Amino acid sequence: MTHTPLKSRLLGTQNRTLWFWVFVGPFALGLVLFTYVPLAWSVYLSFFDAHNTVSPDDFVGFDNYTSMLRNDAFTDSLVTFAVFSAFIVPTTFVLSLALALMVNRLRRAQAFFRSVFFLPAACSYVVAAMIWKLSIFNGVRFGLANTVLGWFGVDQTAWLSTTDPPWYWLVIVTVRLWLQAGFYMILFLAGLQRISPTLYEAAAVDGARPGWQVLRHITLPQLRATSVAVTLLLVINAFQAFDEFYNLLSTSSGYPPHARPPLVYLYYTALGREQNLGLGSAGAVLLALIIAVVTIGQARWFGLGRKED
Amino acid sequence: MAISRRTLLGTGATGAALGLLTACGSNTGRDGGGSGGKGPRLAQWYHQYGEPGTEQAVKRYAAAYKKADVSVQWRPGNYDEQTAAALLTESGPDVFEVNGPSLDQIREGQVVDLTDLFDGVKDDFNPVVLAPKTYDGKIWAIPQVVDMHLLYYRKSLLDDAGVEPPQSLDELVDAAKALTTKDVKGLFLGNDGGAGALGVTPLYAAGLSSVTEDGRVGFDDPAAARTLGKLRQLYADKSLLLGAPADWSDPSAFVQELTAMQWCGLWALPAVKKELGDDFGVLALPADGSGGKPSLPVGSYGAAVSARSDHKEAAKDFLKWLWVDRTEYQEDFALSYGFHIPARLSLAKKADKLKEGAAADAVRYSTEYGYSEPLLWTPASRTAYQDALSRIIKSGANPESEVKSVVRKVRAELDRVKKKS
Repeated sequence: MTHTPLKSRLLGTQNRTLWFWVFVGPFALGLVLFTYVPLAWSVYLSFFDAHNTVSPDDFVGFDNYTSMLRNDAFTDSLVTFAVFSAFIVPTTFVLSLALALMVNRLRRAQAFFRSVFFLPAACSYVVAAMIWKLSIFNGVRFGLANTVLGWFGVDQTAWLSTTDPPWYWLVIVTVRLWLQAGFYMILFLAGLQRISPTLYEAAAVDGARPGWQVLRHITLPQLRATSVAVTLLLVINAFQAFDEFYNLLSTSSGYPPHARPPLVYLYYTALGREQNLGLGSAGAVLLALIIAVVTIGQARWFGLGRKED
Repeated sequence: MAISRRTLLGTGATGAALGLLTACGSNTGRDGGGSGGKGPRLAQWYHQYGEPGTEQAVKRYAAAYKKADVSVQWRPGNYDEQTAAALLTESGPDVFEVNGPSLDQIREGQVVDLTDLFDGVKDDFNPVVLAPKTYDGKIWAIPQVVDMHLLYYRKSLLDDAGVEPPQSLDELVDAAKALTTKDVKGLFLGNDGGAGALGVTPLYAAGLSSVTEDGRVGFDDPAAARTLGKLRQLYADKSLLLGAPADWSDPSAFVQELTAMQWCGLWALPAVKKELGDDFGVLALPADGSGGKPSLPVGSYGAAVSARSDHKEAAKDFLKWLWVDRTEYQEDFALSYGFHIPARLSLAKKADKLKEGAAADAVRYSTEYGYSEPLLWTPASRTAYQDALSRIIKSGANPESEVKSVVRKVRAELDRVKKKS
């Protein structure tokens, strides 16, 4: 058997398989090393008492799972997620759709407004959260929100520290809305631009009134696939909420029990001072299962991937 | 030489792959930037101090050591989490500053026994801060400096309101209310209302403890709920400053007159003195109930050696040189930049800066009223307790049921650690 030197195999007649691995290999290797191996290791750790160690020897079976499910801090974090989703999914959906409809109707400067609304998506969650926390919604007299409210005689409000009423939700939801709405607007805009103008013409000929009637009977049904994808992405993103919660609500002494989403709780359990990697891993596995079940259930409910009748 | 597109792409892809793999490493401080001393290369980690000059000082100490090449890393961010994670790998530090070590870190064998470094000098270390570094009769870190939390109050604001410095928790609640105006709040205990910064200090002020010396829950007592309920009163009265741009560990809110009283650290004393002159005083958290006494937490960052270090003996030698033998560096580190009490009793006694004014009061309080968190007060117990305290303060949760719930959790945690002993 003769061996062709690597150089001539690369530079000679195109060897598509070889080039596939040259380009994909490093990234596939990274995926395996930094995603699949840690995932498998995390599942392994979840069956051990693993305080401050990643190579434990104290097998505890499903004890970490049962204690996590009985742990009110973990179940409370799931409730926090549910409340957050109930706020953020519909508001982002409606706002981004409204922005898309407005921008789509513009005859001039459409690219400008598209860029303006999309730009916040390029901002880091950490930076945005710090601006919201330190500049707009700080609790003292020189915070922007308190200054404006002060003009109308309203007392200073500790936006992030008050639980009754829970003003912190206003801060958390608005920062995510500002960051995300532009991105989903682009998805809706793409969906809107795929709708054939002949449909609107036919509707007009049939006497459909422009505005709500056309939106309800033509536009929204035509956006069904986009809407399903946007909803799925919003729910998964809500599950993965971490950055803005952590940066808005954590202090040097820890994180308050209110508005603590699952990932923040698991971060403190596994990687924070607690260093309980077994319990944290069990929580991560449980959370992954919940996300998978919810996503599959949601996809089936919306008929994602089903052929159009 | 002309480079074809194919050659360029191939080279680029190979370079990217190599770059990806080399980027997987991290800067451990073992490469470059060392002190240049002979002997093995040691990586030494510190958390980022806020006081100017501290970083240069510790680099100067390291440079003066000639038996090893010591490379100092100044690490901003969540330092405790960083070191905890680094100790699991081969790429962690050899020598590091630790806010502990924790019981689990000691029992997992992540730190080296340093007991022999204390031969002949153990009695000169402050026993309050040495105790939490001691487990199983062995010492696992060398206390560097003594720190404490204190209640700062603005004398002129108290005088204007006709308020005396509070001597009991009830008086503190009343004083905070009396000092609250439209623009100035009475008291700042941190943006979380005090759950994190005060921690278990109110329990000690009530004459209780977090964990007793014989390893039982120290606050299974009705006095605990009574005392913690009073912290809710501060919140309900709207006497607490909440949402300040800088949290409790920074004196900004106090010197900017956003609050008349603030729970802060001894480290803030020079900054407060610079801004306010003598217009301030310090107190421990006042006592509550007939069995209580004023209370404040005393703690210490320590210097430890990682058990994964390839140069454990060299690292121990360096620590002995720096934190046992070179007392002039210890005094400089404690008092020339920030403001701390030297961990060595002999140094603390002769330090001029600690002999007058609020500093002298602080030193006296640390001796009379200071407590340190025991090793058995694990992070899991602390989190459960702080969560309950937060719910009591902010949500008005029932103190009795919250305390009962925490007692159950702490008892289970104590059972866990005892089982493994």
